[in-house]
Amino acid sequence: MICRALLPALVLAAAGCASTGGGDPRDPLEGWNRGVYAFNDAADAAVLKPVAEAYRTVTPEALREAVRNFFNNLDDLWIGTNNLLQGKPADAFSDWMRFAVNSTFGILGLFDVASRGQLEKHNEDLGQTLARWGVGDGPYLMLPFLGPSTTRDTAALPVDWLADPVLTARPIALRNSLTAFRFVERRADLLDASRTLEEASLDRYVFLRESFFQRRRNLIYDGRPPRERPPVE
Amino acid sequence: MKRILAIAALSLAAAASQAQITPPDELVKNVMLDIQGIIVTDKDLRSGDREKTIGLIEQKALPHFNQVGMTALAVGVHWRKATPEQKQRLVEEFRTLILRTYASSLSAFGDQKFEFRPVKLAPEQDDATVQVRVLQSGSQPILLEYDMQKTPGGWKCYDVRIAGISLVVNYRTEFGIIVRDKGIDGLIDALATKNKSLEGRGSAGK
Repeated sequence: MICRALLPALVLAAAGCASTGGGDPRDPLEGWNRGVYAFNDAADAAVLKPVAEAYRTVTPEALREAVRNFFNNLDDLWIGTNNLLQGKPADAFSDWMRFAVNSTFGILGLFDVASRGQLEKHNEDLGQTLARWGVGDGPYLMLPFLGPSTTRDTAALPVDWLADPVLTARPIALRNSLTAFRFVERRADLLDASRTLEEASLDRYVFLRESFFQRRRNLIYDGRPPRERPPVE
Repeated sequence: MKRILAIAALSLAAAASQAQITPPDELVKNVMLDIQGIIVTDKDLRSGDREKTIGLIEQKALPHFNQVGMTALAVGVHWRKATPEQKQRLVEEFRTLILRTYASSLSAFGDQKFEFRPVKLAPEQDDATVQVRVLQSGSQPILLEYDMQKTPGGWKCYDVRIAGISLVVNYRTEFGIIVRDKGIDGLIDALATKNKSLEGRGSAGK
């Protein structure tokens, strides 16, 4: 409801800072996206960042690590499924082993014993799987609250959510608390990165977009992206 | 006596030239472990003392970067159009920006474990990428990649990729837009303004 009320304001803001032409071909909706980014930034500065900072201040690092491990462990099942869908059964098996080991010996995932046992953590989602299947990025999209994405990844997101043990947890009250907790925890993990972004960039929006595309490409190719060659003239 | 001195001087020179050709993977490892060792034992650095951190990087890391080459790559196609004075200003401002950014991220650089990967070098090879993995519990390891170039002064780094994100490529996109809209001098101004705004902040703390 709040979102709907804000939309016209966002459109106005977007029109106000529409690009001067000759923008990035990957980002045809730049004007709109910049509006959403400004909104995210304001929401972050007003609520999320202070909460994340407070969380980081009051929680000892060992406890934060356990919380991080707990949430990350829940992701491993779906990561494994995506590895299987991408034709990497060995990685899929490793992800499921991680889940089995960490959920038992790691006490419900609070300890990442699997990493110590050479079962390395992976990073996969349905957007990456679709990319491996040949689906292109599509226009860059800045999602409210969630940040940078592509059209392809946004389309895949609802399926990722359906496979997410936190978002599908019941009762609803538990789901909501877990979701909020995870959101704060992940934001707290990004505090250093967001400060770097702020300090390193001349135009945060452009810097973030470029980082996002490079990072995403790197994830899609599991850290080994093919070298980009200059086009033949 | 003179002879001994001469021999001593010669062996010093030999040691110096030996040091100059430290292989890139070894160089990266030495520098990273050196910096980590200093941070771990220094309370001021751990708590994010900005001036001290900047001093540490200037002394330990910066000599191993090809600063002009890095700036040229970041400025991209517009570099050739810049005058020598503009180039010098660009190198200076870019260096300051990188230094400050690096300094603020260094306080998070505590007791991580590094996994250094050896690089196989052919005898004539003058370009290499050194990979270092930063291991952290519960998360995917982060890959750091240093693109290095052999120069008369030893191997020098000209780009860093963190988890696949290249510093040079990131800045090239950003700089390209500014140069297109405001020219090279506009870029120099933007960098100088940015650096001034960062100067005002006392510490790199949270």
